[in-house]
Amino acid sequence: MKRITFTTAATLAFAANAAFAETEITWWHAMGGALGDTVNQIASDFNASQDEYKITPVFKGTYEETLTAGIAAFRAGEQPNVMQVFDAGAATVIGAKGATIPVQDLLANNGVEFDINDYIAGVRYFYADSDGKMIGMPFNSSTPIMYYNIQALEKAGVTAPTTWEEFQTVTAPALKEAGYTALSQSHLPWIFTENFHSRHNLPFATNNNGYDGVDTQILVNNDAIKAHFTAVTDWQKNGYFEWFGTGWGDNQTPFEEGKVAMWLGSSGSFGGLSKKDLPFDFSATMLPYWEAVTTEPTQTFIGGASLFAMAGHDAEENKATAAFFDFLTSAEVQYFWHKETGYVPITEAAYEMAKADGHYDRAPAAEVGIQQLSLAAGDNTKGYRMGFYVQIRDVMNREYGRILTGETSVEDAFNAIESEANNLLARFAKTQG
Amino acid sequence: MKRAGFSTKWMPILLLMPQLVIIAIFFYWPAWHAIQSSFYLQDPFGFGSTFVGLENYTDLMGNSEYRRVAVFTLVFTVLVTFFSLAIALLLAVKADNVLRGARTYRTLLMWVYAVAPPVAGFIGLIMFDQSWGPLTRLAGFFGWDFVLGVNFNDTAAAMVLVSVWKQIPVNFIFFLSGLQSIPRSVREAALIDNGSATSRFWDVTFPLLAPTGFFLLIINITYALFDTFGIVDTLVKGEPGNNPMTLVYKVYVDGFRGNDLGGSSAQSVILMVLVLALTVFQFRLIDRRIHYT
Repeated sequence: MKRITFTTAATLAFAANAAFAETEITWWHAMGGALGDTVNQIASDFNASQDEYKITPVFKGTYEETLTAGIAAFRAGEQPNVMQVFDAGAATVIGAKGATIPVQDLLANNGVEFDINDYIAGVRYFYADSDGKMIGMPFNSSTPIMYYNIQALEKAGVTAPTTWEEFQTVTAPALKEAGYTALSQSHLPWIFTENFHSRHNLPFATNNNGYDGVDTQILVNNDAIKAHFTAVTDWQKNGYFEWFGTGWGDNQTPFEEGKVAMWLGSSGSFGGLSKKDLPFDFSATMLPYWEAVTTEPTQTFIGGASLFAMAGHDAEENKATAAFFDFLTSAEVQYFWHKETGYVPITEAAYEMAKADGHYDRAPAAEVGIQQLSLAAGDNTKGYRMGFYVQIRDVMNREYGRILTGETSVEDAFNAIESEANNLLARFAKTQG
Repeated sequence: MKRAGFSTKWMPILLLMPQLVIIAIFFYWPAWHAIQSSFYLQDPFGFGSTFVGLENYTDLMGNSEYRRVAVFTLVFTVLVTFFSLAIALLLAVKADNVLRGARTYRTLLMWVYAVAPPVAGFIGLIMFDQSWGPLTRLAGFFGWDFVLGVNFNDTAAAMVLVSVWKQIPVNFIFFLSGLQSIPRSVREAALIDNGSATSRFWDVTFPLLAPTGFFLLIINITYALFDTFGIVDTLVKGEPGNNPMTLVYKVYVDGFRGNDLGGSSAQSVILMVLVLALTVFQFRLIDRRIHYT
């Protein structure tokens, strides 16, 4: 063991004393691996940028695990100051009035300027209440986009499709001819359901997509999406589409291996894909749409997660949280996060900075997500708010799996999703009583 | 038999106290909470809750998915229990015959028991990988297009296989020591009376193994119902989709992933009743018919 000299001990004591003057706050998050390193980098940059506050990031596992840990901590009165909550958990945390301080109030009360219009269009309202007040601070925001293997498309002599009609009549047959499976996709509920509705500006649930109340009914059992899934099963039969399982990576891996030519994933996957040594060049384009459903495709909304300021802390700590959010939303930090990970920058200022820096000239694919989020909005494009939504997604995953393995028909699957989801929504409404 | 007694009745109670307190805090108290919250639908953060009576239970009974999970759990438990007992018994009988090197053989088999369930599940994931898993290739060789995580039955087969593989060693050890404790004189008498090895096994050895077998039966049912959680979780990668899952895993999915505390509590209570029934069955029905030596 190392001997501690008197001077070291004195220095340590002095350092501890100096640290005592800082207000310490904690941040629970679900960003593992390379994302976690970037989170730690942001936290230490914040700590180095001033000497009043100190934030400690703590990795808590998956999104679900982080939310469950946060809830348990809240019930024990030991909640962190900042908690990351994913899209599907938003209704749970926003529904619990008094669990969090709306981020807009937090910033206003602590003298930080806030204007929701500084944020890019697609991220403004997903974590807002029905009046448009921002409750959670969008953090790692992503949206589904279509990645493609440039060499594969060249070999097949086609370009990336803009519509699903083009995909099934031109792109997919050519890619099959060239020896590829044309398409795979990760997270069916997120891409082929939630964002399918916003891309075509279709209502997803009653009550203004669930924002206006808890007595919500899901509207997923509609002709447009049933026609889509019927088409997907046809593509599967023709060898244009393959499904490799419920896990995100199950469907990404065959694309990385070069077996699948196009993959629907998250704009946040960009950073990870760029760092991998793929055997081909890739680029990305916007999510295709059905011309038969709409000729004016609208924006998609964000997935990923946001940061909530947990209630029950003293004013000094809340001030520290506000200062951290201020730092986090600065253009420099947002651009750094965007560049490192591929998640979209959440403010217009950060987007401008990325453009000015030539980031998109070097990597055009990095801009696709933000372009798609900035498309024209519609009545049904700001997101959705439904309780017990994690379970509703589980039901969707199960039924989609059954459709794609031939265990059930599209019609029966959507009937099952509708009735089970409505049952869960009714149960959630009772928890708010 | 001589009875040992205490002079005061407080002494034994005092000595039992630590144990009773532990049981009360770690079993009765949480169990009581589970029963209580199974009658409510509550906001996960604890702000609001509604008393719904038996609605959580009736919802489960009317839910076709829950019934499907229950049926799968039953089939899974029967298969895992049967195969892990049968294969272990076969191995034990063979090992009993050749005693040379039995110790090494035993140690080697025992190692598998030391593998934690999630690790066992992970080994399963590697063996059944869709593109390069050795067992996937083996299945392909026989014309079986095995796709773990996509096809319900394939995933179920992998779950059973991994669970059985992990449970065989412990059964084997118990069966082997059970076999070795059968008195030599009985075996020799059987050898003189009857020539056929098969009938000798079923008429003499098997009944004498019954106490061990019965104990293992209960242990294996409990294992298949509860301890396979880690294997199930790893093989479905935390997102079941259309893959099979067991009742215990569904409690976790609805309660911890989905934050449905009331529904998940009702499911736990149903499992508690199941365990209670199993215990009663063990002591009341079977225990009496087994002849302990």
